[in-house]
Order: sequence, then C-alpha cells, then structure tokens
Amino acid sequence: MIAFIGRSLVQKIATLFFVSIVSFAIIHLAPGEPSQVDPLNPKFTPEMVERFRTAFHLDRPLAVQYAYFYRDLFTGRSLSWKDNQPVMQKIRERFWNSLPLFIVGTLITWTISFPVGIRSAIHRGGIYDRSATLIAYVLISIPGFFFAYILIILVVTHLKVPVVGMRTFGLWDTSWLFQTMDRLWHMLLPSALGASGGIAVLSRYVRSQMLEVEGQDYVRTAKAKGLPWEMVHYKHALRNALLPFVTMFGLILPGLIGGSVIIESIFSWPGMGRMAYEAILARDYPVILTVNFIAAVLVLIGTFVSDLLYVIVDPRIRL
Amino acid sequence: MTAPAHLFPTGLEEPAAPRRTRFEEFWRLFRRNRLALVGLAVFLLFFATAVAGVFLTAGNQPVFDPALVRLQEKLRPPLSPPLLEALAPGEAPPLGVYLFGTDDLGRDVFARMLQGAWVSLTVGFVAVGISVLVGVFLGAMAGYYGQRAVRLEQLLFTLLLIAGGSLLAGGQIGIGAALLVAGHAWLFFSLSPWGFRRWGSPPGWVRLLLGRVMQVDTLIMRFVDIMLCFPSFFLILTVVALLPASIYTIMIVIGLTSWEGTTRFVRAEFLSLRELDFVAAARALGLSDVRIIFRHITPNAIAPVLVSATIGIASAILTEAGLSFLGFGVPPPHATWGNILSDGKRFIFDAPWLTFIPGVAILLVVLAFNLFGEGLRDILNPRLRERN
Repeated sequence: MIAFIGRSLVQKIATLFFVSIVSFAIIHLAPGEPSQVDPLNPKFTPEMVERFRTAFHLDRPLAVQYAYFYRDLFTGRSLSWKDNQPVMQKIRERFWNSLPLFIVGTLITWTISFPVGIRSAIHRGGIYDRSATLIAYVLISIPGFFFAYILIILVVTHLKVPVVGMRTFGLWDTSWLFQTMDRLWHMLLPSALGASGGIAVLSRYVRSQMLEVEGQDYVRTAKAKGLPWEMVHYKHALRNALLPFVTMFGLILPGLIGGSVIIESIFSWPGMGRMAYEAILARDYPVILTVNFIAAVLVLIGTFVSDLLYVIVDPRIRL
Repeated sequence: MTAPAHLFPTGLEEPAAPRRTRFEEFWRLFRRNRLALVGLAVFLLFFATAVAGVFLTAGNQPVFDPALVRLQEKLRPPLSPPLLEALAPGEAPPLGVYLFGTDDLGRDVFARMLQGAWVSLTVGFVAVGISVLVGVFLGAMAGYYGQRAVRLEQLLFTLLLIAGGSLLAGGQIGIGAALLVAGHAWLFFSLSPWGFRRWGSPPGWVRLLLGRVMQVDTLIMRFVDIMLCFPSFFLILTVVALLPASIYTIMIVIGLTSWEGTTRFVRAEFLSLRELDFVAAARALGLSDVRIIFRHITPNAIAPVLVSATIGIASAILTEAGLSFLGFGVPPPHATWGNILSDGKRFIFDAPWLTFIPGVAILLVVLAFNLFGEGLRDILNPRLRERN
C-alpha cells in the first residue's frame, strides 16, 4: 500500500512536470505576444512595449521564462499581467464563487441520476426506461448555451428566478438569512444547467451498471430462492452495482474548472471558468498557466483518490 | 458457386459460408433498434443538406445568398413573405418566403443555415478523422511494440525534432530550422549502417546514449496521461484563441485533443489480439509487421473505434458550436450554426427564431449521431446481442 502510494506520487509529480512544460510551450509558442494585444492604443509606444517585455521577462529565452514563471508560482509571487493582482489571490476569490455552484450541481446530479438509472434498469424496456433514455440523449446532445437560453426565456417570462450574477444588486444591508436565500436563488439556474449534462451521463452509466449486475448468476439465484423483490434489487444487485461509482468521487474533482466556462459566462457568474476565459482573451499568461496547472493537479489528485478508493472498497484488488 | 460434385461424396454437405453476410447480420440487428434507425435517417438527411448547401450557397451567383444584406427586411419572422416593393430585383428570397426568417441584417436565415451545415459536418468528420488516425496509430504502436525499449538517443532526437518544429511554427525560424536539421541528421545517423552500429565495443558515452530508458508502451501511455491532465474544452479554447481564427485550426485542434480514449482501447484490443493464433499464423507466413498490424489486427480492433468516432463527431459539433458561441469560431462572414445562434442571442426576446432554429438543428444532428453511435455499440457488443 505504502509502496503504491509512493510510486504513484512519484509518477504523478513527473506527469505534472511534463504538463507544466507542455502547457508553457503551447502558450508561448503560439504566434503573437501579450504586448501586441492592443496595437491600436496610442499610449503603447515601442518604448512602453519594450519596458513591458523586460518587466515580464518576455525578452528572455523560453527556458529562462519557464524557470521564472514556476519559481513565482511556487513562491506565490506571480502577478497577473492584466491588473498586477497576485494570481493566487485572484484565483482564490473566484474559487470560492465557483465552489458552491460545483457542490450544488454535483449534489443535484448524484441525487437524481441514481434513482432514475436504477428504475430504468429494473424496468428495462418499459415506457419509463425508454423515455428516460430519450431524455438523457437529448440532454447530452443539446448545446449547453442553447439549453440555457431556453431556460432563461422560460424563467424570465413565467417564473421569477434571477438569471444574472451571484446576488441581487443593492441588497447589501439585509439580514443574513435573506442574503443566503438570495444567493441560493441565484444559484438555482446555473447549477441546474451544470447538472443536466451530468445527470444524463451518470444515469445512463448507473443503468448499464445495474443491468450488468442484474444479469449475474447470484441475482438469478436470489430471485429463484424467492427473496422479496426489494431485497433482490436493492440489496443483492444495487450494492454490487455501486462499486464503480465510489471511485467516481475522485474523478468529478476536475469538473471544478473544466466544464463551467460557458455557463459562467452566460450567467455572468464570477467564477473560475469565466476568469480563465477573460484571461485567455487578454493573453494573461500567468493566470492561464496557473489555472491550467491547478486543473492538472486536480486531475491527478482525482485519479489518485479514485485508485485508493478502489482498493478500499474492492477487496479483490491487491496492489 | 457450387463445388464440383466429386469433392463431396454422397451424404456430405458442402461446407457453407454463413448464410448471412456480416453486413446482412449487422443490418438485421440494426433495423430492430428504432432510435438508431432514426439517427441514421437524420444523419443522411443532414449529409444531403450539407452537400446541397455547398452547391446552393457557393459561387458568385448562388441560389441562396447567405451574405445578402437587406436592411429594410431585418428580423422578419419565419415564413413571412418579402416586401417586394422595398427590395431591388434579385434580392427577393428564391423560395418566395423567408422560410426561417431573417436576422438583424436582413440576411436570409435559411441560406445561412444551409451554408453552416457544411461547416458542422466537416468539423465533425475532419476532427474525428484526425483523432481516430492519431489514436489508432499510437494505440497500435503501444499495443504491438509495447515491450520494445526506447533508447536514450531516440528520445533525444525526437525532442530535437519537436522543439525545432514548434520553434519554427512559433516564428523563431533560425533556431527552429537549425534544430530540425540537426534532428534529422541525427535520425539518419542513428538509422544508417555507419551510425552507432559501427562500434564493436562502443565508448562510454555512446553506451549511455544507446541505453534503454523505458518501454514504448510506457512512453505512449504516459503521454496519454499527460494529455488527459488538460481540461479539454479549456485547452481547445486557449489554443483556438491564441492561433489565428480559421475553421481548419478548430478542426485540427479538436482532433489533436481528443484521441486519448481511442488510443487506450485500441491498445487494450491489441494486447489481447496479438496473442491470438491468427496473428501467430500471419507472422509464421512471414508477413511484415505493418501488414500484420494494419491488415490483420486493426480490422478486428476497429469496432469500439467506430462507436467512439460516431459519438466523437457529435461532441466535435457541440465543441465547435460552443467555441462559436464564445466568439472563437469561424470568422464572421461565413455562417455556422454556432455563430448564427450566438448572434441571435442578442434578440432572444424579439426574434427567438434566431436562437431556436440553429439550436434545434444542432440538437437534432448531435442527437442523431449519439443515437446512431449507441445503436452501433449495442450491435457490435456480442454480450448484449445474446441477451436480446
């Protein structure tokens, strides 16, 4: 066990090192430079550009820039090129905005997908299963932003759910409870949207896992010896079908950054995805690279956690 | 094609091929899956539309002109007749009505949708084509040659070549070209008979260079791990935003960021297939490795690739639409479903058809590909076949 942890830690750190090189290379080798973002601005004299290039080490060789960047990143000194704010502080602020969205979305996803998937599997081929399947496919296939606009039209014209931002503007000095409710209310639509794709995928997965297990001999035996219906499905089948999902707890971690760019920009939600999008627009390399680095760290932690969980829940796996 | 009678004495049937060909069997199973059938039908319709769209909207005098601006006719709802007195002759829509309405510049949305269909189609197919090619190639290499070792010098000149190529692409032509030349020189040196093989007992530094670093399998699969660390939409967005906007950039970038899954399961298939007897037989016949890999093993490993390619097309179309929505899609005068939708969002309450028509079109096409892909998976999966 300890050997496994040590080995995978070394492996993950090596992977992370290469990720850092690849992402740095992708960004810096692309044509154009941050100093040329705004060439029409009359304040940008060649001397200014030169000064910026020196200040941000853009005139040094790539390898030196790489060393500078990751030294700054690990000492927490790297600054955003756009507004000179410390990158880590910017990310921290945005992280706390994204986190609730992510948590609520994940909760919705997991609480809805399991009942739907299990029911589909038990009544395989029935009307419920078929309509759930079709809805799942529609949810997978619908472009997220289009779905968002349908919901916005619906909500703005019929219900009174807010669709912009994180809180109601000007509602600063109300009671704590009121503000919390306000925030939850604002979170409803974006998190439901974020969850919709997840529900579709996860419920299909739950269904296929359930079907797999329902076809096993021990389930047939359980049925044959006359166990009650609930006992067969929920105790014999479901428990075994749940196994792969435990490991998925690790794999949802990267969703914290990856999937939210479009949703956050539609709902003007000041989260990480939107910050990354703005950073890309402004060619704010330190922010882009840091977000990328954090995303990679999350992916690696996620796979590590899921490997560990697998060992814990499945006694058949030995390391 | 009956065999001569003397080969089969009385009482023996001649050996018959399976009564149904593989395709007939496939079609028989496929027909029963109604959703997949619908998916196939929508896909064929979409394909026909896209091809027709190219012919009807291209050229100097297109039948449907997607770029024709009629400011006096802006934001007309679908199926509304044109105000003929306000239009110059030749500006009237060819169908007599604005089938899908007009947008904020008075351009015919039907013509723009026709033009955009081809973009969605090519983005889907080219991107997936690239990712399947890369994925199958790397997966086959990892699965077939996995146990071979990589030498240090091979890694080094590959690095040289990659660095040279990317520097060249990044605009530093002098250093890039020099590195490329050096890399190629090294490559020839190491392959040629006068290269490292010249030394009977090589000196220390040559032995170091010839030392085995890792297995081919490890190299490729670690590379897959590295690529999987990037959140894919974010990576695509970054690259597309930094590179000059063009439809080819988008196709290539989507293709080059989505091959990891294919590589993984092609490798897994190869690992089991290469131990089978037919591969041993092929090898015993003295066939070359290339032939064994691509003529004998790959066709047997291709089923899951087909499924994931179909679903990959769906997600590539969605990705393109998402990029267009964020403003990084195909540059403006050319219409794509994604940018019609993203232009339409400003008029979502006044002109909802600008949002709904492209949105529903994307939804239907992507849905068709997903259903078709899932149907394919059910058919190609023998375990499910028995149960049905």
